[in-house]
Amino acid sequence: MRRIISVLLENEAGALSRVVGLFAQRNYNIESLTVAPTEDATLSRLTLTTLGDDQKIEQITKQLNKLIEVVKVVDLTEGEHVERELMLVKLRAVGAQRAEIKRTADIFRGQIVDATDAAYTVQIVGVSSKLDAFLRAVGELSILEVVRSGVSGLARGEKVVSA
Amino acid sequence: MELLSGGEALIRALQDEGVEYIFGYPGGAALHIYDAIFQQQAVEHVLVRHEQAATHMADAYARVTGKPGVALVTSGPGATNAVTGLATAFMDSIPMVVISGQVQSDLIGTDSFQETDMVGISRPVVKHSFMVKSAEEMAEVVKKAFYIASSGRPGPVVIDVPKDTTDPGYRVPYHYPESVSLRSYNPATRGHPRQIRKAVDLLLAAKRPIIYSGGGVIQGNASEPLIALAKRLNLPVTNTLMGLGAYPSTDPQFLGMLGMHGSYPANMAMHHSDLIFAVGARFDDRVTNDPKKFCPDAKVIHIDVDPASISKIIPTEVPIVGPALNVLTELLTVLEDRLLEAPELLDRQAREAWWAQIEGWRRHSDFDHDQRHRNEAEAIIKPQTVVQALYRATGGDAYITSDVGQHQMFAAQYYRFDAPRRWVNSGGLGTMGYGLPAAMGVKLAFPEAVVACVTGEGSIQMNIQELSTCRQYGLPIKIINVNNQALGMVRQWQDMQYAGRHSGSVYQDSLPDFVALAESYGHVGLRVTDPAKLDETMAEVFSPALRDRLVFLDVAVDQNEHVYPMWVRGGALCDMVLSKTERS
Ligand SMILES: Cc1ncc(C[n+]2csc(CCOP(=O)(O)OP(=O)(O)O)c2C)c(N)n1
Ligand SMILES: [Mg+2]
Repeated sequence: MRRIISVLLENEAGALSRVVGLFAQRNYNIESLTVAPTEDATLSRLTLTTLGDDQKIEQITKQLNKLIEVVKVVDLTEGEHVERELMLVKLRAVGAQRAEIKRTADIFRGQIVDATDAAYTVQIVGVSSKLDAFLRAVGELSILEVVRSGVSGLARGEKVVSA
Repeated sequence: MELLSGGEALIRALQDEGVEYIFGYPGGAALHIYDAIFQQQAVEHVLVRHEQAATHMADAYARVTGKPGVALVTSGPGATNAVTGLATAFMDSIPMVVISGQVQSDLIGTDSFQETDMVGISRPVVKHSFMVKSAEEMAEVVKKAFYIASSGRPGPVVIDVPKDTTDPGYRVPYHYPESVSLRSYNPATRGHPRQIRKAVDLLLAAKRPIIYSGGGVIQGNASEPLIALAKRLNLPVTNTLMGLGAYPSTDPQFLGMLGMHGSYPANMAMHHSDLIFAVGARFDDRVTNDPKKFCPDAKVIHIDVDPASISKIIPTEVPIVGPALNVLTELLTVLEDRLLEAPELLDRQAREAWWAQIEGWRRHSDFDHDQRHRNEAEAIIKPQTVVQALYRATGGDAYITSDVGQHQMFAAQYYRFDAPRRWVNSGGLGTMGYGLPAAMGVKLAFPEAVVACVTGEGSIQMNIQELSTCRQYGLPIKIINVNNQALGMVRQWQDMQYAGRHSGSVYQDSLPDFVALAESYGHVGLRVTDPAKLDETMAEVFSPALRDRLVFLDVAVDQNEHVYPMWVRGGALCDMVLSKTERS
């Protein structure tokens, strides 16, 4: 099962490498990983998606918690949550393709954020499966380049993850 | 406030932490620190001959005293040589602080001379690591390192010290913090009361309970309540390799070590139990064999200070996160209360039936009653009898360190440890070369104690250079070299699994004359080959005449001996090979 794990981390040199190292060392998989500072300058927030059964996820959470610089670990998928990923796609766009891409981007509530005679760059925000669906819709042939941010997420409601 | 350089602050902080010894080896990046060491007396530096040995000495010092050991190495090769020792301490949860010199801050990342990313290299084998950023933060980093190393589940911590942060020309006010608090690190201090009550209920309901205890009981100083619990409920006890001594081995309720080379009664009792009371043990693969076949009828109570150890391998009915000492003490109180209100809960009949079954296994095969390993035809010394002779010669009252191999298993099986912190070996990593430096660390910790290293001719050669350190510091340890002229444990596996193809496990007559070697370092060398002379030679090793000398006893033993019991790979705990011709 796919899980989204949110980690509050001391904003210190080397802290991120311990998290990433842990996953490599213990043979846990990382599907995506995002990390950036938070409203509190001493903390970074890291969101990662991984695959595993309950026992595996329990171990991952426990092992993360053992890292001295990890302040908090939450499995967002345990409760209701909002998740978003951002994707930029550069597409070949000539002739009739231009209108077609524009239409598809509209359907996915995407925006064209850069354009030349021959290419469009489209930005799509949503859950990861929506991003996948957009890529399928435009078709492999027109895709020149894809960059995805990885998943970010928050629990729904008033609940917060804090130090 | 007093002004100190970063190097001086580092050493002063060690003094303030109560450190007695630094085991170390100098080099360019560490020279400011070495100069600070020179100018004080409170902390003694012990110059080793290889950095790996420094880490093992610090590690063994910690194992027997309970206080973190300290090693100091230089950057680059000094740091990388310390990695095996870090990993050894990490696997066995030993509190240790390793200080590594580092190139000066502005050279980091430029591939400068003797630069290595120590924090990066050591990351998977440390509990935590620090890179000192300035002289100002030196004292606080040291305090944090000791706190982290010795609290919760203990482990090694690295402090990487760039040379400029120890510059004697730059002085800063020195203050050693009383305590530190880390918002992200709060090890459990007591077990959950509801879980403890559940554990008591399970213990009282069980018909075939057994205590399975490990190194956590020793590290956690929880031997006393463990014994009290076993006595109160008349429970059989087995220890892991790391847990030996936590429960007195000569006590009738002790079944021996369990696992791959565990005793027949211990493994049988585990397999047939209906409740495993696990404390400070981690269901390591050398204990469980195939986890799917592990103790099919048993529920599990698991007490551990590290939540990640619980339900990692074997699902647990009652997890209790907390230090063994506090949890066991509270559990005893709850147990007494329960028995006061309902004494009938103590099912003596069931316990007697369980013991009757266990006694049956004991009669079938037990080290004490076993004739299998006696000196056949009195022609050649059996390695097991070397350990038995050692036990007799030391009255069972020595500190025993060991290396890795058959001799280690024989030492674990045949030396009876009646107190914690007496048995010092690399259980988790299985580091050959550990035994000699470990014995040195123990001897420095307890100069009056009898310290013996049970080793093999393979292992001893991995750190034999330390005989020179022993000479320099006058360390009269006793080395018992169980010499089977082969990497015996490897050869055993090749005998059992590879039709006797001894690939890379024999030395073709290239072994040194160990007696002459010991003598060349200024020590006493002895050799024994005749079983009839074993006891008297062993007595000589420990005789008052040689009290102040390092004695190296080279014992020629049967090359073909195997360690038994040996479990059947991929089987259950009850599946054992008992001798070359016998299975359970
Ligand atoms: C550093 C290291 N390298 C390799 C091994 C693998 N190994 C385990 S036991 C053993 C043989 C040990 O030989 P010896 O010290 O003579 O002990 P014996 O088994 O003969 O008693 C080896 C090579 C190890 N444990 N440690
Ligand atoms: Mg050998």
